[in-house]
Amino acid sequence: MTDTATTASMTMVEAINHTLHREMARDERVVVFGEDVGHNGGVFRATDGLQAAFGSRRVVDTPLAEGVIAGTAVGLAAAGLVPVPEIQFLGFSYQAFHQIAGQIARLRYRSQGRFEGPITLRAPFGGGVRTPELHSEAIEGQLANIPGLKIVMPASAADAKGLLATAIRDPDPVMFLEPLRGYRSIRDEVPLGDHLVPFGQAREVTPGDDVVVFAWSYMVEVARRAAEEVAGEGIGARVVDLRTLVPLDLDTIVQAVEQCGRAVVVQEAPETNGFAAEIIALINEHALWSLEAPVMRVSGYDAPYPVGRLEDRYIPDQGRVAAAIRTTVATR
Amino acid sequence: MAPGSTAPTSTHDLSDDQLRQLLREMIGARVFSTRAFNLQRQGRAGTNAPVDGNEAIIVGASHALDPTTDWVLPQYRELVGLQRFGDEVIDRYALYITGHPGGGHLPEPIRVWPPQISLAAQIPHAVGLAWGLQLQDTEGVVLVFFGDGASSEGDFYEAGNFAGVLAAPVIFLCVNNGWAISTPTHRQTSAASFADKAAAFGFPGIQVDGTDVLAVHEAVSAARHRALAGDGPTLIEAVTYRLAPHTTADDPTRYQPDHEVAEWRDRDPIESMRRLLTSRKLWNDDDEQEANDTADERMELAVQRAESAPTPADGFFDHVYATPTERMIRQRAAFRAHYGQEDGQ
Repeated sequence: MTDTATTASMTMVEAINHTLHREMARDERVVVFGEDVGHNGGVFRATDGLQAAFGSRRVVDTPLAEGVIAGTAVGLAAAGLVPVPEIQFLGFSYQAFHQIAGQIARLRYRSQGRFEGPITLRAPFGGGVRTPELHSEAIEGQLANIPGLKIVMPASAADAKGLLATAIRDPDPVMFLEPLRGYRSIRDEVPLGDHLVPFGQAREVTPGDDVVVFAWSYMVEVARRAAEEVAGEGIGARVVDLRTLVPLDLDTIVQAVEQCGRAVVVQEAPETNGFAAEIIALINEHALWSLEAPVMRVSGYDAPYPVGRLEDRYIPDQGRVAAAIRTTVATR
Repeated sequence: MAPGSTAPTSTHDLSDDQLRQLLREMIGARVFSTRAFNLQRQGRAGTNAPVDGNEAIIVGASHALDPTTDWVLPQYRELVGLQRFGDEVIDRYALYITGHPGGGHLPEPIRVWPPQISLAAQIPHAVGLAWGLQLQDTEGVVLVFFGDGASSEGDFYEAGNFAGVLAAPVIFLCVNNGWAISTPTHRQTSAASFADKAAAFGFPGIQVDGTDVLAVHEAVSAARHRALAGDGPTLIEAVTYRLAPHTTADDPTRYQPDHEVAEWRDRDPIESMRRLLTSRKLWNDDDEQEANDTADERMELAVQRAESAPTPADGFFDHVYATPTERMIRQRAAFRAHYGQEDGQ
């Protein structure tokens, strides 16, 4: 599935751009559209060079209207194309939520299979870069509550490539959520050839048997640093990157809890009703008797995402995750 | 537009047979719809939305399109008038009103989408589909129905605006039937007409008499030619009056003035067309009887098929994804372990 003969060091946004180029070259049905994605190459340059390479019919600057960006994807899909719309920031998708939740997610279902929705809706999200309001919201938990969508949240450049290629080739709608804090700060070796990462397969980031830390997207990096911190104290923290929330790799979650007996779940979203709660419920259902201590949750707070001077203490950081690891390991 | 005129005024180049077919399909639409209303009263169908007053708009538009190349995206009153796009439309309508999931599946090659309950949400879809035809250099146009109320939704403005930019081959057909449930048009907009809203999109908006099937046919034909020529979208406002409750769950006597209803009943689109064809000796009592009987029998068959269609109780697991997730497979197994493989309601 993966040609690993040649790799190159890339940032996450470079890996995304590289993958979009490859997928557009591979399949002429792929159409990229959104605000500023064409001539400007996207406000983060994720779509840089696509319009020059594939023309303004396939790489389209749209009017500033998220609802119709999401809504036209439905019609394009029905016409037999493979739409890859971009919502400039996930927080702006509230203006498209009716089309995402009420229409894109239900296209196959309401037409009983006549129309497929091979739509990959890309959107950056997440805090830590001093953006104005509504640029940072982590709403994956809201999206995961909508049957019909797949929720994909890469944490490495290589995964950004492998998961994006899988998303674009998937016959169902995928919310492809990119951590904007990781666009340039995350850099790793990316296979240059065809590289597909299947959905529903979590990835072990660091080994360890004392406690498992479940995370996704940029929180994987935060968890990895916390694991490094506690390693010096003799605590073996296994970090597991869930990669995709829908579909979810339950087997790996259960196996890790059975082997470690202790678990911490990290999410950037507000605490109440976030996806961490779902992980903890699944642990209760499938691995309760393996637990040596209550599962800890590290998250944002039940307040709207804050403005710049307040955000660093709102988002889970290395210290908070390390503290949760210590607490759960100390519980006897 | 004041009530008062009585008969269609334009006949274009439609043959006598085509004129008779228009009336047959308008009568059929009302027969199907009335039967659906009654089925709801008998507890055999769910909430549904009568077509009364909209027949000329649906049938006139349908006959201006080419069912082999053009697409129709309905709101939720139109299926009963779209028989020209495929005889099976009425079977799917019967499934739809009786709550069978198959009601959402208009099978190939019928170029009609399922009814849309989220008002105006289908308009961006229509623009996307028209854009897709344009990108693939496929001949065809997309016609999207929506009401006066739906024109207040953001989706209408966003989609109209983008359609204008794309010069997409799409026809926006606004069915102005005077009422959005209980809200009259003057509470919906202060624009002089709904057609005027096209000015903001940079393409033509025209108003037609929606009780006149030939006027609608002419307007949609012109819009279709414009779209096929690459000249972009047209907004057509077809003015009529809602002659029945909003749905089976509505009591319009609470808000529709009696005198207004009476005036518009004199302009009933079916009556108008019947008068025209009778005056031209193209329609008589036998034709009337036959049109009604044919529609009655067809609906009877559709309802029979719908009521005997198997309805697996766990059918809601189907068609969520191309391949169900492992969780859904577990859920379905648990469902079957608890309920068995019984049939749905």
